[in-house]
Amino acid sequence: MPLFLNEDQTMLADTAREFLNEAAPVAHLRALRDADDPTGFDRDLWAKFAEMGFTGMMVPESAGGLGLGHVEAGIVLEEIGRNLSPSPFLATSVAAVAALTGTTAGERWLCEIAAGRTVAALAIDERAKHGDSIALKAERAGNGFRLSGTKQFVAHGHVADLILVVARTAGSAEDKDGLTLFALSADTPGLTADPRRLVDSSIAARLTFDNVMVDGDAVVGAVDDGSTPLGRLLSAARTGAAAESLGLGDGAATRTLDYLRQRKQFGQTIGSFQALQHRAAHLYAELEVARAAVLKAQQLLDEAHPDADLAVSVAKAMAGMAATLSVQEAVQMHGGIGMTDAADIGFFMKRARVLTEMFGDIGYHSDRVARAGGY
Amino acid sequence: MSDITQFRADTRAWLEENCPPSMREPVRSDKDVTWGGRNPTYANPDQKLWLDRMAERGWTVPDWPTAYGGGGLAPAEAKVLREEMAAINARNPLYSFGISMLGPALLKYGTEEQKQEHLPKIARGEIRWCQGYSEPGAGSDLAGLQTSAVPDGDDFIVNGQKVWTSYADKADWIFCLVRTDRTCKQAGISFLLFDMASPGVTTRPIKLISGNSPFCETFFDDVRVPKANLVGELNRGWDVAKYLLGHEREMISGMGLTSDRPLIDRAVETVGLDAQGRLADPMLRAAIATFDVRARAFAAMSERFRDELKANRAHPAQPSMMKYVGTELNKTRHELTMAAGGSDLIEWEGADSNDGATARAWLRTKANSIEGGTSEIQLNIVARRILDLPTQ
Repeated sequence: MPLFLNEDQTMLADTAREFLNEAAPVAHLRALRDADDPTGFDRDLWAKFAEMGFTGMMVPESAGGLGLGHVEAGIVLEEIGRNLSPSPFLATSVAAVAALTGTTAGERWLCEIAAGRTVAALAIDERAKHGDSIALKAERAGNGFRLSGTKQFVAHGHVADLILVVARTAGSAEDKDGLTLFALSADTPGLTADPRRLVDSSIAARLTFDNVMVDGDAVVGAVDDGSTPLGRLLSAARTGAAAESLGLGDGAATRTLDYLRQRKQFGQTIGSFQALQHRAAHLYAELEVARAAVLKAQQLLDEAHPDADLAVSVAKAMAGMAATLSVQEAVQMHGGIGMTDAADIGFFMKRARVLTEMFGDIGYHSDRVARAGGY
Repeated sequence: MSDITQFRADTRAWLEENCPPSMREPVRSDKDVTWGGRNPTYANPDQKLWLDRMAERGWTVPDWPTAYGGGGLAPAEAKVLREEMAAINARNPLYSFGISMLGPALLKYGTEEQKQEHLPKIARGEIRWCQGYSEPGAGSDLAGLQTSAVPDGDDFIVNGQKVWTSYADKADWIFCLVRTDRTCKQAGISFLLFDMASPGVTTRPIKLISGNSPFCETFFDDVRVPKANLVGELNRGWDVAKYLLGHEREMISGMGLTSDRPLIDRAVETVGLDAQGRLADPMLRAAIATFDVRARAFAAMSERFRDELKANRAHPAQPSMMKYVGTELNKTRHELTMAAGGSDLIEWEGADSNDGATARAWLRTKANSIEGGTSEIQLNIVARRILDLPTQ
């Protein structure tokens, strides 16, 4: 399979670009922020995602979706990144769907997700840095489990309908095994959300599980085998976040190039200065490297290739580096105007920080690459 | 079974049968590299066997037409061959500027006679080529070159000097940029082919910081070259030169694709692993891991570039970006390798360091971001031709 988009995928990219640029450009995010919107995204926009078929694009056709893959989801995420469009797409339609597909729990939720009636949130992290250690406990109780513990950095966790939570059913916090993934309704008694606005104006919650009782149907996959559906969830979430970062980096770079072509100093367009041309060209190269890494990971995931897991970490780390560089360069090359709230470029800087931190930062994924390489 | 699946199975079986085990070992020094030519040298008889077997199938140049000694493979098949060779760590059977630089230019600009004459010999490794581009006064400003070719009956008479001519002292033929009109800069350049054994050609190796001499100064003193050896039109050689440079940059960017294994193995050998199986020096480990991410991402970019090229989707200035990224990456790889080896690797002589082979290779890579156009020239090209930024 060639490492570029095929004809159908290119058409999808055109559609997604037009749609998001129209329905949720940066002005949309700015308006939500200025209104101090308590949801973190616009439900009307989410309804449009459903009309477009985006909410269920990765859901199997048998469950009312389009049955598309990571490449296609990445195309939409790239445009989300380019426009900084706030939505629960990554958590709901990509990560949750990847975890739930092929499971009994999925029969209850996938159709609802495809229809746009269910928003999902991912309760994974327990510390300020994403890591592999999971302490939140799920003890057997009657026909089900009792969950106790806390999670943080749960995007949309205060408004989601469905919470996917990874819990420990055996062993101790550092063990790789003994995890179970649960899919529970957000209104389950004992579950409380403490929403926090983040630097990029999105909202993530700290969740407290205080003896939350769930029945056996809530288990995704098999008990003590949570690492299987969690693996699917994390691969999808990481690759998706990488695609969104890439779109964001590309968006910031495009705006910067426009500025370089238009701003004049010393009687000349600043884009004609070699010092700035070299910065811009280096940035372009970094983004192209990241683009290839992201597409490679998406294709390998869609093929269920054994190298996919490694490619995912390469993509997440590389996209994080490229997006981080892009937003630094964007503010620097915009000069003073780039520091103002009136300019949009600062929104890119803020969102890049959040995306880079999500599901493992550059260091986390570089470490994974090293471990995969046996060093 | 689809055709391509069948092709993969057949290719895998053929390689398994025909690639000698020693040709699946990493290239350890220049001696392991097969260059072919009139006076070939082989460190090992398997090198010749492997070259001959691959050349017989046209697989030294898998995607060239069979009429010119190529394999006639479709892009998807050529990709499968590359993947299957990589899977068994098969060495490149033939390193050749004829393959990576002149061949593509001849396929595009050469006459039928020129193609028939030169391409099959390149494919079989019978003639080794060198590149006469840079001159003492024409480096980054290549189009300022002064070596002249003056018409004389059916011939040109060539006079002048080239520099940084890679392996000129070992090459059989040269593809050379010459000035045929002094009134125009770019539009006064022509592209000539001639035999390095012609009277009036002399070469002098240049000793580099590595202690080796991969480059030469090359002098032309009334060298007689038949006009039939002009590639493309008179005074239009700059088009050929630029097209060829694209391929040269693509080839040089391939240095970014070298395996990371020797670097990692060296680090493990020097500092060891801790109880968790991590390199015991955490700073070195972090530096290598960051590099590893970039190297793997670059491998994906290379794959993407080749796929786009075969589908005629690549931007013509894309090789400049590949060259920039690949060479900077390769320099980093060698810096890290030296750091990983510590004082063991800075021994310049003796068997322990293989006479400083790693250090010499490290020093050699410093030219990567200079040769074939400096990193700064590549960034200029990307800024102007891809990003469309204005000139001053």
